[in-house]
Amino acid sequence: MALLALDRVDLIYQTEESETEAVRELSVTVDEGEFIALVGPSGCGKTTLLSMIAGLISPTHGKVTVDGAEVTAASGNVGYMLQRDNLFEWRTIEQNVMLGLSVQKKLTPENKAYAVNMLDKYGLGEFRNAFPSQLSGGMRQRAALIRTLAFKPKLLLLDEPFSAVDFQTRMTVCDDVYSIIKSEGKTAVLVTHDISEAVSMADRIIVLTKRPATVKTIFKIDIDAPTPLKRRENPRFSEWFDRVWKEVSK
Amino acid sequence: MKIKSKLPCRMTNGKTPRQAYLAKRRNDKILVLTLQIGILAAFIGLWELAATLGWIDSFIMSCPSRIVKTLSSFAAAEIFKHIGYTLLECVIGFIIASGLGTLIAVLLWRFTKLRRVSEPYIIVLNALPKIALGPIIIIWVGAGMQAITVMTVLICIIVTIISVLNAFMTVDPGKILLLRSMGATKLQILTKLILPANIPALVNMLKINVGLAWVGTIMGEYLVSTAGLGYLIIYGSQVFKMDLVMSSTVILCILAAAMYLAVAGVEKLTKKRYMTD
Repeated sequence: MALLALDRVDLIYQTEESETEAVRELSVTVDEGEFIALVGPSGCGKTTLLSMIAGLISPTHGKVTVDGAEVTAASGNVGYMLQRDNLFEWRTIEQNVMLGLSVQKKLTPENKAYAVNMLDKYGLGEFRNAFPSQLSGGMRQRAALIRTLAFKPKLLLLDEPFSAVDFQTRMTVCDDVYSIIKSEGKTAVLVTHDISEAVSMADRIIVLTKRPATVKTIFKIDIDAPTPLKRRENPRFSEWFDRVWKEVSK
Repeated sequence: MKIKSKLPCRMTNGKTPRQAYLAKRRNDKILVLTLQIGILAAFIGLWELAATLGWIDSFIMSCPSRIVKTLSSFAAAEIFKHIGYTLLECVIGFIIASGLGTLIAVLLWRFTKLRRVSEPYIIVLNALPKIALGPIIIIWVGAGMQAITVMTVLICIIVTIISVLNAFMTVDPGKILLLRSMGATKLQILTKLILPANIPALVNMLKINVGLAWVGTIMGEYLVSTAGLGYLIIYGSQVFKMDLVMSSTVILCILAAAMYLAVAGVEKLTKKRYMTD
């Protein structure tokens, strides 16, 4: 069964001035362990879609289910990683990583050990007691990812997680994040405007139409390479890039 | 950040660049402090000189030696009684205003409707010169310490509510979104994000309130009091004892400075941890 299912979802949001149809009749399913990228013209409602999957806003019509249950933010099923790392400057890295666990009142010794173990495993062990300002952009992003993984969400949502990282570190952070997600066996939905990023990371790319967003095309990326960087080196990378780019801009 | 080992370097004038830098920093500090003390000393000296040479009428302008004489002529118990009254009114008013103001700001942050409904009232209360309420306060709570404390609270609390609420509302929406996506309740958002993120703003509020609380207390004492430094100042001016007025003002300066330093100490404690980007 699909881990994430959006079933004919509509979203219309209201403001005093007008109403906006952001999403129309959108249906998508994501299987466990899949890495999905959502791309589309800017302002097409990608972030709105993620907010819906995270349970922060409910669809006007239709249903969003994660693991068969209708999604709510309080369920702790979904981990949301935003554009900026949003680490709390007054908390140490370890305390930041424990944020989700403490919010969900799951600060058990096992869960704590799991989070600390991840810090060690992904090269942040010696920065446990450091404050975010002492870390580089790439390290901060890694800490933000571990914070998201610490409460063991079934589904990860990544909203342009690399857009705030400077270009040089972007590729390596992208590699880091990808390998962490894969080695933890997580299902992920990535929203990005960077098509090369989508092609380098995703198993499937879902191209959305302009607003109101609905599914335009789904590409199954079949480049056989273990990491995003390796994919970028693959000759078929640019071929895929062209196909997706043409589809988005058509 | 500490340097782990000494950096290799060439010496200039027998000093490493680090030593030269530190020496310069130290010299600058000494210069600033000397000037600060010097200005005060010059002011006192000039004042005294002008009075002795008859440039100013020391009956109207008073002078440092007369202030010292006045201060030393006070019975210790007498002056401490006045200081005690004023300090108590000021500190209690300060604590109530800061605490209650923050609490109200939290409620207004939490309940959007309440915030919207109360907005015009807060604006009017903010614009209103609180001293105009003096007579009403006296009639309602009675003349004496309570009236002065209420006046102090009134003067501080509106500014506290406005500045704290304003700080609460400017917390990064991305961080709120993050907590909401983890399923955080409003209370958790408050305790885990809004309050800690605003420690610098809260400390800043305390600093502003120190100044305002003194305004409220002294104004209150001008209106109605039988003891306190404000009372001494008003009394002194009425019987034309300028030495008394000046002496009380000097004590007031010292007390206000002490209270400000106490808050600055609190700020120092929080600064290290709560410096946000």
